[in-house]
Amino acid sequence: MARELQLMKGNEAIARAMIASGCDGYFGYPITPQSEVMETLMTEKPWETTGMTVLQAESEVASINMVYGGAATGKKVATSSSSPGISLMQEGLTYLAGAEIPCLVVNVMRGGPGLGTIQPSQSDYFQSTKGGGHGDYQLYTLAPASVQEMYDFVFDAWDIAFKYRNPVLILSDGAIGQCMEKLYTRDYVPRWTEEERRANAPWGTWGKPATRPHNIITSLELDSARQEVFNLKLQKKYAEMKEKEVRFEALNCDDAEYIIVAYGSSSRIAMKAMQMAREKGIKVGLFRLITLFPFPTKQLAEVAKRVKGILCVEMSAGQMIEDVRLATECGVKTEHFGRFGGIIPTPGEVLEALENKIIK
Amino acid sequence: MTEEIIIAGFGGQGVLSMGKILAYSGVMQDKEVSWMPSYGPEMRGGTANVSVIISDERISSPIINQFDTAIILNQQSLDKFENSVKPGGLLIYDPNGITHEPTRKDINIYKIAATAKAQELGISKVFNMVVLGGFLKLKPIVDKQYIHEGLEHSLPQRHWNLIPQNEEAIEIGKGLIEAVQTL
Repeated sequence: MARELQLMKGNEAIARAMIASGCDGYFGYPITPQSEVMETLMTEKPWETTGMTVLQAESEVASINMVYGGAATGKKVATSSSSPGISLMQEGLTYLAGAEIPCLVVNVMRGGPGLGTIQPSQSDYFQSTKGGGHGDYQLYTLAPASVQEMYDFVFDAWDIAFKYRNPVLILSDGAIGQCMEKLYTRDYVPRWTEEERRANAPWGTWGKPATRPHNIITSLELDSARQEVFNLKLQKKYAEMKEKEVRFEALNCDDAEYIIVAYGSSSRIAMKAMQMAREKGIKVGLFRLITLFPFPTKQLAEVAKRVKGILCVEMSAGQMIEDVRLATECGVKTEHFGRFGGIIPTPGEVLEALENKIIK
Repeated sequence: MTEEIIIAGFGGQGVLSMGKILAYSGVMQDKEVSWMPSYGPEMRGGTANVSVIISDERISSPIINQFDTAIILNQQSLDKFENSVKPGGLLIYDPNGITHEPTRKDINIYKIAATAKAQELGISKVFNMVVLGGFLKLKPIVDKQYIHEGLEHSLPQRHWNLIPQNEEAIEIGKGLIEAVQTL
């Protein structure tokens, strides 16, 4: 299918992008507010067209372990869920990271803790960027702020996942998942042929030729000296991501006296608040995070040097703000504003918070 | 041009699909659009609402709390959204089931007896299109031909035979809307 203009929900865009980007398999378990991902996959029946496998597993724990198994063969494998389901997947995620397996995981966040609410939230920042599972690992974490980005980031995710042999997380929320916007779809990327898979994933368990030793996929290493060497290798990989794969968008930051830092749906609300502030003559900019890990530390620090204050807007009790303060070494007044438990702040509330907490 | 609209009523009145047809028509006319529904408990019975934004520029927040137009289809929604209409904005309501009329003095108020008319004509299924017609009469932000394309994209192909009926309902709505208060 060629590039085409459509109107669709963020969740639907994720599913369609999986099919269009040559994904080999999806394993998932339904949960609001992301059920349209599997719903769309089941309606589209990609197993009849591209040959992609779509399977409803018996639980999120099963889903992530099916991802582990499928992705270990060097195939492009994905899953999606929402906050409570992603919590169940944390063991699998640390194993995937520890075994250096590329895969795609999508979290369409809802309010927590616990089963919480089915309304949008952004309270999984810590879980996503500080390691929800155990051990020193990181997920490359992309935060889409529009339906178009939900779609495009799936394509980007495969590139990063296979380049670094690391799981990629798309961290979205119920607002972007449920919202319908314009979307330009892309040309289909065919699924890899056997030869392409072997070339792109020489480490995969796709059968042992006589010419090389066994490929072993495991996250277990009982020799501590070797485990340390392996950990150093992981850290080198994360350092390279920090160097080369940081993404962000700076809007009106050049002349800004104050900036708002936000990601995902909060950044859309913040953009409106920025426009309202500019109409009032207050020079406000928006620094939108696109990658949460790696965090745009240097780039934010550079912008922060020129401003009088920073408002962090996040649908949480204040998680991202910790990384903002680290990036700026607390050199500029930085405050948090957020609603949580499924409540979405309005642009008016954000502007008010900016005026009361930062400008006053 | 940016038009920020809330459509609110009971689940099952076609609130979300009215918004979708409007949004899709906007897409066909090369506008920027967003469609943000309420989902969750209220969708499972009770009230449903959707915010639709149609604009010539990049849309910042799809989540808004002040509207240029509120299209209100029940009392609960009138109570909830009357005060969210921007001063000078537009409120359209169906008087069916309304016990407390809107009281704002700083907005334009129109009513459209779409429920009654649709029942009378036996076209209850396209009641929401009657309402949409009333809105388009006052704010012709999308052209007729794009509404047709919007319907084609919103409805599954097996229902395309119903498009003429939908379009007739829009025309009926245009004739049905009446002013209650104009500024």
